[in-house]
Amino acid sequence: MKMKTKLRSYNSPTFLAYALIAPAAIYILCIVAWPLIETVRLSFTNSSLAGEEYIGFENYEKMISSKKFNKIVIRTFVWMFFSVSLKLIIGLIGAVLLNANVFGRSAFRVLVMPPWVVPIAIGMLGWLWLYNGYFGIIAGVGMRTGILDGPFGFLAYKQSAFISTVIADVWVGVPMVTVFFLAAMQGVPKDLYEAAYCDGASRWSRFFRITLPQITPVIVTMSILSAIWTFNSFEIIWILTEGGPRGATTTLIIDTYKQALGNYKFGRGAARAVVVMILLTLFAGFYLALLARINKRVAHE
Amino acid sequence: MNKYTILEKLLIYFGILIFMTFILLPFVEMFYASLRPLDHLFRSPYQFYSDDLSFWAYSEMWKTVPMLGRYIFNSFFLATVTSLLTLLFVIPAAYSYARFKFPAKNTSLYLLLAINMFSGAVLLIPLYKLLRTFGLLNTYQAMIVPGVAFLIPTSIWLLKSYFEKIPIELEEAAFCDGATRIQILRHVIAPLSTPGLVVVGIYAFIGSYAQQFLFAISFNQKKEFMPIPAGLYEFIGYTTVKWNEMMAASLVGIAPVLLVFLFLQKYIVEGLTAGAVKN
Repeated sequence: MKMKTKLRSYNSPTFLAYALIAPAAIYILCIVAWPLIETVRLSFTNSSLAGEEYIGFENYEKMISSKKFNKIVIRTFVWMFFSVSLKLIIGLIGAVLLNANVFGRSAFRVLVMPPWVVPIAIGMLGWLWLYNGYFGIIAGVGMRTGILDGPFGFLAYKQSAFISTVIADVWVGVPMVTVFFLAAMQGVPKDLYEAAYCDGASRWSRFFRITLPQITPVIVTMSILSAIWTFNSFEIIWILTEGGPRGATTTLIIDTYKQALGNYKFGRGAARAVVVMILLTLFAGFYLALLARINKRVAHE
Repeated sequence: MNKYTILEKLLIYFGILIFMTFILLPFVEMFYASLRPLDHLFRSPYQFYSDDLSFWAYSEMWKTVPMLGRYIFNSFFLATVTSLLTLLFVIPAAYSYARFKFPAKNTSLYLLLAINMFSGAVLLIPLYKLLRTFGLLNTYQAMIVPGVAFLIPTSIWLLKSYFEKIPIELEEAAFCDGATRIQILRHVIAPLSTPGLVVVGIYAFIGSYAQQFLFAISFNQKKEFMPIPAGLYEFIGYTTVKWNEMMAASLVGIAPVLLVFLFLQKYIVEGLTAGAVKN
């Protein structure tokens, strides 16, 4: 009994607990929370370098009635859809391959990670060279195999620029998806496979009946997380195309950046940032609710 | 049951080959381009073969990009200061989350996760104004201050899980023996959590090295403070890009991160996936 009170006294000094968290909490409040609120306030003003005045919903009205903005929103979701689905599909295939018990797999597992670790901005400098229309290797292979009948600037035309940025984004995102799927696959209990093997299940049916259902929570988690990161993706598009040609790769984040720090129209930029925040909050809420459910289920088991 | 037929093995290796080509092609091509003379690079269509490969670009790049050394230093300096500051904020907070029960604990932990989902781009405008008000635009601080904020959430989660692995009985025993909390922290927690601190420190280092670009191009226009991604990005804008030197400089810029990562990848991957993958 005495031990118990001792334990409690060690575990529940609430004041100390808060005091230890305070520095980090205050820092985040100042650098993240306050700017979030300030962004909302600025979105109702015509703030620029010159000053600011309250203008009500004008920024929003202009934004929503602008055809260009509506196009940007649709484009953002199309871009996201392609990028996220490709990341998940390629990541799943990659994880299956790297999970196969063949010689050299531990080396491959390390080699898959560089695009994830390296600063995105520098990786994109490499992609700029790959996409070079005259001298790049992709155009080169295209010309030599006759698929292209001359130099082709992948980033210079609307459609090809759109696809090129998606591919570069997939390249950045695949390693993480692969690594997480791989970790999930390794967590599947071995006896499930052994039992299925004894019952004569083929490799395919073991994959579809055991592996896939077992890693579904991770697949769902990763799809939401990649959706969030893809939505936030800035550097990839900015370095490859700066949102061009003629706006073909301008997503919401790029548009926000251009309005805010390209033109110093803080008010208009803030209105766009608020839209981004609302969408992100929806994603994040969805993700957290899901995570809480998964954790609860794990706790039950 | 783990035996593959030869056909299956071939298929697996073929798949791995394609997958790895996609992942590694940019790096291989960057390295290859950095070894080739400029007039070989500027041939259209692309020439696969060059006979006079050399490391010439690696010595020439310092002249073409006069501030390259400074950029590399800046990247290191920014990443080091940012990750140390992050640790300073994160250690007490993570310890508190790992050890104490208090109201709003779970809510605040999930809020931290939510912060992770907001990219810096959303907050650029108020941050820009904030930094301008304090006269911090175009300084190192302009890149460090927001950098730390975006590393804190994940670092707390990572370090918390390390602290949780230290048996609480050890602390309780010391506590019963009359040790103060400070003493416990110094003599029990600190030595046992060193590996965790190293991993979180490295996570923060790689993370801040990676996120420099956005804050650098938004909040800093002074060349002498530019980190390497921003510095090189400026050069790409020029009409004639010396691609071999640019690729050489890029590789030199990412080498430190890659090396650190290769040595410690096992711990980093374990730490990062542990949170998301249960069991």
